[in-house]
Amino acid sequence: MVEDMGNKILKIIDKMKPTFSKGGKLSWLHSTFEAFESFAAVPPTVTAGRTHIKDCVDIKRVMSVVVAALVPTFLFGIWNTGEQHSLAFGLQWGFWAKVWFGFYKILPLILVSYIVGLGIEFAVAQARGHEVNEGYLVTGFLIPLIMPIDVPLWVLAIAVAFAVIFGKEIFGGTGMNIWNPALLARAFVFFAYPSTITGDSVWIEGMTKNADKVIDGFSGATPLAQVADGLAGAPSFMQMFIGNIPGSIGETSAIAILIGAAILIFTGVASWKIMFSCVAGALFTGFLANTFAEPGTFAAYPAVNHLVMGGFAFGAVFMATDPVSSAQTEVGKWIYGFLIGAVCIVLRLFNPGYREGMMLSILLMNTMAPLIDWCVVRPNIKRREKRAAALKK
Amino acid sequence: METIRLRKGLDLHLKGEAQKKLLQNLASEVVAICPSDFKNVIPKLLVQEGDAVKAGQIIFTDKKRPQIGFASPVSGKVKAIVRGEKRKLLAVEITPDSSTQYVQFEPIKEVSKATRQEIQQRLLESGLWATIIQRPYGIIANPGDSPKAIVISAFNSAPLGADIKFTVKEDTDAMQLAVDALAKFTDGKIYVNFNAEDASASPLYMLRNVEKRFFKGPHPAGNVGVQISHICPIGKGDIVWTLQPQALAAIGRLISKGIYDVTRLVAVTGQRVKNPAYIKCVPGTTISSICKATEIKETKELYGQDCGARFISGNPLSGANVGAGGYLGFYDDQVTIISEGNYRELFGWMKIFRTKKFSASRSYFSWLTPKKKYAVDTNTNGGERAFIVTGAYEKVLPMDIYPVFLLKAILAGDIEKMEQFGIYEVIGEDLALCEYVCPSKIEVQKIVEQGIDLMIKEMS
Repeated sequence: MVEDMGNKILKIIDKMKPTFSKGGKLSWLHSTFEAFESFAAVPPTVTAGRTHIKDCVDIKRVMSVVVAALVPTFLFGIWNTGEQHSLAFGLQWGFWAKVWFGFYKILPLILVSYIVGLGIEFAVAQARGHEVNEGYLVTGFLIPLIMPIDVPLWVLAIAVAFAVIFGKEIFGGTGMNIWNPALLARAFVFFAYPSTITGDSVWIEGMTKNADKVIDGFSGATPLAQVADGLAGAPSFMQMFIGNIPGSIGETSAIAILIGAAILIFTGVASWKIMFSCVAGALFTGFLANTFAEPGTFAAYPAVNHLVMGGFAFGAVFMATDPVSSAQTEVGKWIYGFLIGAVCIVLRLFNPGYREGMMLSILLMNTMAPLIDWCVVRPNIKRREKRAAALKK
Repeated sequence: METIRLRKGLDLHLKGEAQKKLLQNLASEVVAICPSDFKNVIPKLLVQEGDAVKAGQIIFTDKKRPQIGFASPVSGKVKAIVRGEKRKLLAVEITPDSSTQYVQFEPIKEVSKATRQEIQQRLLESGLWATIIQRPYGIIANPGDSPKAIVISAFNSAPLGADIKFTVKEDTDAMQLAVDALAKFTDGKIYVNFNAEDASASPLYMLRNVEKRFFKGPHPAGNVGVQISHICPIGKGDIVWTLQPQALAAIGRLISKGIYDVTRLVAVTGQRVKNPAYIKCVPGTTISSICKATEIKETKELYGQDCGARFISGNPLSGANVGAGGYLGFYDDQVTIISEGNYRELFGWMKIFRTKKFSASRSYFSWLTPKKKYAVDTNTNGGERAFIVTGAYEKVLPMDIYPVFLLKAILAGDIEKMEQFGIYEVIGEDLALCEYVCPSKIEVQKIVEQGIDLMIKEMS
């Protein structure tokens, strides 16, 4: 029954194939057609070398696990967008009203991200004669989740184009890039259009344009900004853990992120070593600051709270663990993660201009990852050289 | 008894394991000697069509090392010399006589008193020298070399692999002769490596004058390359020789009887085989006659689509695709027949449960059924991509090597880096599992062999 239906779908695909093949009317869409074909059905390619059998996991599966792990943060982000909006404007909305509002506002961001990003990916694949890479399925989902809800769509579109072209394609596509493309998109917005991603009002839908309608006493500031300005009035650990606070769409709820982390760690798709050492690095630096800080300053703010504040948790789970831009060796992953956590806290504490250190910290360590790996594989090489030297004697 | 415990690796549970019984003493209608069985050998043919040959008569030699010859395993008439493009020699086909006539070499009465020269001469003239494989590179050993050790793996951990406890169970005496003879070639030790779990049941366990080592762990624990890296790692300039137990038995027979007898027990395996069991035959036996003996499940559908069969000489992780018209390889004691995977599986990667297929990754649910045996096919299960996922190779490679760094060095053609990352320590089969688990579907073994070819070219 199911197989019958499947074969019917395959027949339709076969019928369309000549149109998109070489010489067909739509041959300029060849890569696009192939992408959709291999999306619908695993291609009939067989092994050519001496390994005659292969595991049934492929990059599509790996990427779809990451997308699944992102879904909790996405859903929470939808609700929280409505929640924050209704808080800001003093609206008495029910649960579904908030969800609908959030969905209605986030959908355009997702669409722009995917249409612009995949458009470029498909065009490049066609020009190069490659298959379309799946990497953007994840990147395209990540980018809206790390943006403020009020980011203008045209800014988002430019950022996505920048990230895909200069973050990925000029290096040769997914797997060849140095920096995490999604973070690169965010960094681009941060440096090129800073007013759309900093300040207190961008995190609440509609707050930039309708500042006069916001109810008294609602600041819209993220906890990180609040705490940095003085410890008074900051939300509790629990509130930040749950995540009904202002912030980038996907980053606010530590609970939702932890569910994602559990999926990634259990399936082995992302490295638990990076996540763990990232937390360790942040706690280490945080405790160090706590020990030497004067009471009442930002440095004295409990280190544990840093874990649930701002983009730390989201970055540690979904950004730092990107296998392409992180350290490749297992020992390197420990070092890489630890340094991300440590640098993030240092940036938060000592960079008053921009308190969110996670983005820059990860991008910095992306740059350093090859160096870390170099240091890690060095002893292996040395061992080998020693053996050869001993032989010569 | 010290056990070397390997934690990395992967045991694949496949359908079609050979039953431990001898199905048939198979006499093939045609036997072939194929130069492609021997890495880095350019053949110089010594016979013509119609010539009568004996078992143990050299059929072709290596152009670069003419003292190394390759012998006919049977007596008979040269039926055909099969050539491919640019007249490349593909196979020398021989029609066997009904009873085998052997070239009679002089037996060596007392191995302990024989010289290295004498033994070497006998191995070279009989064609059995080709059974000695050297590391690095996995090519036939140089007659002039003295290896720092000789390593023999007494167990097979490959999926569906032939059980060495069964295949050489009557050859302990012959193997003892071979070991004693080989001891003349090295100042180092002869290591025989056992599966720690059933070492004492091995026919090699009674061997004297050898160093025994015991390994415990999943495949590739039985791969000799992996074992070498744990007992006597190869550095630049090192040479280690390796032999298979069946080769030891053949060398033993040469020493005691003076004949080239490479008859062996071969496991015929895979889910397309009707009666998976062992047969006795010589290398070069046609796959078609083996199939006749064990019978093949003919029509087979996968996902509603017809699919053919793949005929592999060797195991499914590192054997050669020889086709239905092919022959059993010189070094192989296994034939695997599985389905070709040229079907399209609708929404394959999207299925939450994909119960017919196995995955070592936890993104599917086959970890819930660790004992289940799978009917595998040759579908790649996805398209080829760049290196994306990290840490997957390392989980199945129990060696002190960074596989991705090595592969990238090879792809860049950087000899110095290849040396640094351990090209001398590996051959393709050692990294076969890396290729199996690779989600990017990268042809790891092909890359390793490319690297080795480059090294041979540049270093000679």
